[in-house]
Amino acid sequence: MSALPLVALVGNPNAGKSALFNALTGARQKTGNYPGVTVERHSGRISLDDGRPAELVDLPGTYSLTPTSPDEAVTRDVVMGRQSGERRPAAIIIVVDACNLDNHLRFALELIGLGLPCLVALNMVDLAERDGLTLSAEKLSAELGVPVIPTIAVRKRGLDDLRTALTDALTTAPSDANRALNAPVAPGDLRREALRMAHAAIVAERPTRRTTRMIDSVVLHPIAGPIILFATLFAMFQLVYSAAEAPVALIEAGLSQIQDWVMRVMPDNLLRSAIIDGVIAGVGAVIVFLPQILVLFAFILVLEMSGYMVRAAFIMDRLMAGVGLSGRAFIPLLSSFACAVPGIMATRTIEDPRDRLTTILIAPLMTCSARLPVYAVIIGAFIPDQRVVPGIGLQGLVLFGLYLSGIAGAMLAALLIRRTMVPGRSLGFMMEMPRYQLPSLKDVALGLWQRAASFLKRAGTIIALTTLVLWALLSFPQVPNGSAKSQIDHSIAGRIASGLEVVVAPIGFNRDMALALIPAMAAREVAVAALATTYAVDAKDEAEAEQGLRERLRAGWTLPMALAFLAWFVFAPQCISTIAVVRRETNGWKWPAIMVGYLFALAYVAAGATYWLATSLGL
Amino acid sequence: MQLDTLPLNKIARIVDVDWSQLGEAEGHRLRCLGFEAGVEVEPLHRGWLLARDPLAVRVGRMTVAIRLAHASAVTVAPL
Repeated sequence: MSALPLVALVGNPNAGKSALFNALTGARQKTGNYPGVTVERHSGRISLDDGRPAELVDLPGTYSLTPTSPDEAVTRDVVMGRQSGERRPAAIIIVVDACNLDNHLRFALELIGLGLPCLVALNMVDLAERDGLTLSAEKLSAELGVPVIPTIAVRKRGLDDLRTALTDALTTAPSDANRALNAPVAPGDLRREALRMAHAAIVAERPTRRTTRMIDSVVLHPIAGPIILFATLFAMFQLVYSAAEAPVALIEAGLSQIQDWVMRVMPDNLLRSAIIDGVIAGVGAVIVFLPQILVLFAFILVLEMSGYMVRAAFIMDRLMAGVGLSGRAFIPLLSSFACAVPGIMATRTIEDPRDRLTTILIAPLMTCSARLPVYAVIIGAFIPDQRVVPGIGLQGLVLFGLYLSGIAGAMLAALLIRRTMVPGRSLGFMMEMPRYQLPSLKDVALGLWQRAASFLKRAGTIIALTTLVLWALLSFPQVPNGSAKSQIDHSIAGRIASGLEVVVAPIGFNRDMALALIPAMAAREVAVAALATTYAVDAKDEAEAEQGLRERLRAGWTLPMALAFLAWFVFAPQCISTIAVVRRETNGWKWPAIMVGYLFALAYVAAGATYWLATSLGL
Repeated sequence: MQLDTLPLNKIARIVDVDWSQLGEAEGHRLRCLGFEAGVEVEPLHRGWLLARDPLAVRVGRMTVAIRLAHASAVTVAPL
């Protein structure tokens, strides 16, 4: 694609850049990474008016060309043509929030000063109108010396005009494309110039942002605010269970049909066993949780896109300050409930390096969706399905307790890390609170699709491979006919697990549990797949294989063992991708090593304490 | 009067920002968020319960969350 002209989409955070990017490229998007840094590169193909294609790249939002975070540094380096692995853009589309001209024009002026062909997308003009702001694109264009096109990205307005202007900008020679201020300007002057231009472009003005102020007076209320936040989070976790029930049942039915079909068409041999006990049992046990993961991601996407997430950060700032962090850390930590990998990547928006490092180190303690399968199976098998009070079930309560344990552990860890390993004063908390917006269904769907695709890709590759390897380790060497030994005891995996069992026996784990821990390093949810595969291979006959995993667990484990297993998964760093992303984000092995060490220690102690406490209580 | 002591919903104009009281990164960020002499500000919300921190303040047409420690570097004149 390197032959295509590159067009960069640049703008302040909250200017509606990503919505514009989605509107311009539709589903023709590619997500990659910039080499050396873990900043995601979002690009897509667009067609110009004359039929030529161009590549549009959506750069991280920033306030100026003086970066304060790794994300912002990428934006600066790309537009200056200094980013390795990226060609210099042939043109820049500057996205400006029409409601926030005086602030956003400052950065626009800085970008125009670079001398590349520029055009300005005056975005969200509809909201500006509603806000009582009437703007003149012509006047602004005359002031800036570049084309200004009014757009409403979420409703796809102005996109054709934007494409036409872009075609012109790319065909005109760069030298006369803009006659702007090429000399470096002092920040104060730039700011004054921006203010002057903004005022020149404003035709009429009434007081600001009524709707947003009204909503804020409720959700940021000193008493109602935190209640609304916790109710929202509680509803989110309840919905993860209830809303996903129907699709989960559907997937389960589909899987058993596939299994039946394979049973019918294939002779009873090793290959069939590999497909049924290895791939279908393993991958299936994980795929089943796709609906729950999607519900969780949908919630987080909507919270983010609507603008509520920043309010949540505002409310949480006090609490986070108590453990030496800022409200900013709340957003990556909440994302970590879906998955620690995007959560850790989201820490790049934290300007303060100490805050950022601490947030990275505690992010794996947030209960990610990969733990859900493990929790769900164990809770389903061992915690009775009864109501504590009407509407609140014991199972849901235990699940909530597991989430809380993770949070409590994280807070404690943050406090200790901040006191010992990364001491020093932090930058504090400064962030823009954008207007509320109704998230567009299409943008949410697009985000969900990208996440579903990456989850399925993981299930199809890493998880399928690990369960297949595990199946092989469990199936060979084959137990001789007539032997009293079970297949597991005889297998390679069984022998490895027996060795590991010595280490984990003091915390109440048996051999099967030790066995599940090994492949769970690839991805936590594989623990369930591993248990499913283990018990499928060990089944003496068809009837026993069909007996659900839950019954098998109930027969083989005691309640203290199950609780210890849960406690282990609250803390254990059971995921290679998380460790890898921490290494990338911290540029070395020191911090991932520290993280893995403290998390394993925590998991071991927590599981042991749980086991012995539960045993002594006679559970 | 400093911004951190300005009562909620009281509109004021920034007279001066004491950049020396802020670190370089903090100052830069504050400037990006629109804090500059001459701009209109209005404190809108504070943290939960009796906490005074953080502070949501309207700066021009934008709303920004900051901590009181930073707000105290901003001198304002009530309008």
